[in-house]
Amino acid sequence: MSFLLQVINGLQVGSIYALVALGYNMVYGIVQLINFAHGDIIMVGAYGAYVVLVLCGLPVWVAVLASIALCVIAGVGIEKVAYSRLRNHNAPRISLLITAIGVSIFLQNLFQLIFGSAGIPFPSMFQVAPINLGGLNISFVTILTIVVTVLLMIALQLLVGKTKIGKAMRAVSEDADAAKLMGINTNSTVAFTFGLGSGLAAVGSVLYSNAYPMITPFMGSMLGLKAFVAAVLGGIGSIPGAMLGGFIMGIVESLTKGYISTQLADAVVFGILIVVLLVKPSGLLGRNATEKV
Amino acid sequence: MKLRILSLVMVCMLAVMAFAGCAQTPAGDTTPAPADDATQAPADDATQAPADDATQAPSGETIKIGGLAPLTGEVSVYGIATNNGIQMAVEEINANGGINGKQIDYIYYDEKGDSVEAVNAYNKLVQNDQVIALVGDVTSVPTLAVAQIAAEDGIPMITATGTSADITAVGENIFRACFTDPFQGEIMASYAFNKLDAKTAAILYNVADDYSVGLTESFEETAAELGLEIVAKESYTGGDVDFRSQLTKISAANPDVLFIPVYYEDAALIVAQKAEIGITATMLGADGWDGVLGSVDAANTDALEGAYFCNHYSPESEDEDLQAFIAKYKETYDADPNAFAALGYDAMYMLAEAITNAGSEDAQAIVDAMAALEFDGITGHIVFDENRNPIKPAAINTITGGEYKFVETYEK
Repeated sequence: MSFLLQVINGLQVGSIYALVALGYNMVYGIVQLINFAHGDIIMVGAYGAYVVLVLCGLPVWVAVLASIALCVIAGVGIEKVAYSRLRNHNAPRISLLITAIGVSIFLQNLFQLIFGSAGIPFPSMFQVAPINLGGLNISFVTILTIVVTVLLMIALQLLVGKTKIGKAMRAVSEDADAAKLMGINTNSTVAFTFGLGSGLAAVGSVLYSNAYPMITPFMGSMLGLKAFVAAVLGGIGSIPGAMLGGFIMGIVESLTKGYISTQLADAVVFGILIVVLLVKPSGLLGRNATEKV
Repeated sequence: MKLRILSLVMVCMLAVMAFAGCAQTPAGDTTPAPADDATQAPADDATQAPADDATQAPSGETIKIGGLAPLTGEVSVYGIATNNGIQMAVEEINANGGINGKQIDYIYYDEKGDSVEAVNAYNKLVQNDQVIALVGDVTSVPTLAVAQIAAEDGIPMITATGTSADITAVGENIFRACFTDPFQGEIMASYAFNKLDAKTAAILYNVADDYSVGLTESFEETAAELGLEIVAKESYTGGDVDFRSQLTKISAANPDVLFIPVYYEDAALIVAQKAEIGITATMLGADGWDGVLGSVDAANTDALEGAYFCNHYSPESEDEDLQAFIAKYKETYDADPNAFAALGYDAMYMLAEAITNAGSEDAQAIVDAMAALEFDGITGHIVFDENRNPIKPAAINTITGGEYKFVETYEK
């Protein structure tokens, strides 16, 4: 009984890791950039939802949509302002990476300046009593988080696999120069990818803030790091990999806390990462990168 | 041509470096002008710090007293309140003629709740500003770091709110105005057993925080003495936001009381998740819970219903000085004072009285006067024991209907 509950706890955390990991994975897949500012997009989304919901007093669905819109704008804006020029001038990859870290620090400090560094209580959006499933008390947010994540994952898989823009994304990720020659607008495809990843992060941020109702300007950094680990574990660049990595991380974390030791939870998670990378360097579902000579 | 470009680049770089140097000055507050610096230090939301407090001081002799508090960051609620209380005391003392005819020049820095920042700020207070005594720090971890150097320097130091048992143990010159972590753990275990009729207890604590660990240890010891059974003891580390795994385990053990000796922001997250898991145990907290209502969304205050926590004072006491303090604090800062403000206020008065009694600014004389001090403050009658900890009772508070309620003062 308690074991099942721990697994469900793990699935909930894992779902959020997975949603955030997707952003890392898609962006990495398409421009080989680890977008360290992605974690902070979550923070932006949470503050966006907070402003609309509490300060403006608008209904929940408006807050969710506003949060998504804000994150998409932020994601695309960051791409255009910070990365696009570097990419188009073939700057070394390390410059992009450092820029990403800079953007991350910028966002954290900007929000600290606007909202202060103290945590702000986040209102619960969904006032639904815990649901009783065969003797297990499961909170509504938990179920919502898992269901929404799985649905989004399926939708994303269809988008990438079946639509024209999905095909363009895959083409750019395969070979950006060749895609350009085939008439694909790589810049807008990359911007779309950033926007899509950020939109998913916004959904993650709303779910996260409901599960852990306190928002701070630094909430994205640890979450982002964990999600990044999930992305690497599952296979960087792979969409099902992000989901698998997120779920594995969440469940392992939860079970370690529940049955071994709370202090060891992070150690076990990162230990698993090291073992997986030793055995399969590209991650569980990662593509084997072949260097073209 | 190439040479010219190179020299131009060099000049640019030098200019940039010069600017970088300038930019650091206000941020790292290294300017020796303490008065302006100090009043600018708190973020604008922090306080309406009386900007004229330093200018009031006559140009003649002043007594420089240093202060350290986290005015920004995670524990800023405590730091701001404590500092406000200290400033109120300084103003009153100065208005009443100061110490032995000298005005107090209170110089304080924001240490952001960080040990490294606190030690740097301490060094600046002692070396640049040449303070003769220190009121601070606020939370236990940085206070301990500062106390270790202050003990070497022999600077008289009183922390208003550093509750960790180790703080005063590091030197004869370190005092505190609040009671200690072990004391709070003992009080809560004894209160749960004797007054709440608890037979079983669970603990959820932050293993990365001395404060939380100290309370947990003393709670366990007292529980063992009394026969209160600890059925679950779960921990987490700093920065964690997910407590569901631990709470699920605690829920399975079904304790009568759940002791959560952590600071208010963590406590707010824990109680929200506790409500989801469906734990019905009575929650117990300590002085770190003061302010928890402000960190919980209005919709979640139900989760705090019926919780008990001990504190240094109760605003509902009938003490006249205390009521005057509360009224004045509200008027000055447009906020309700909490225990931290009251302790900061008392700490400054205690130090001032000790300096008055000592009749000199010699560090050893002040320390001796402190040790012998008998003081009636707004947080109760205080004398120091041989370990320089105050001897005083704890006030037990509860939360009902989204408000703090005073229950009783309790001595083990």
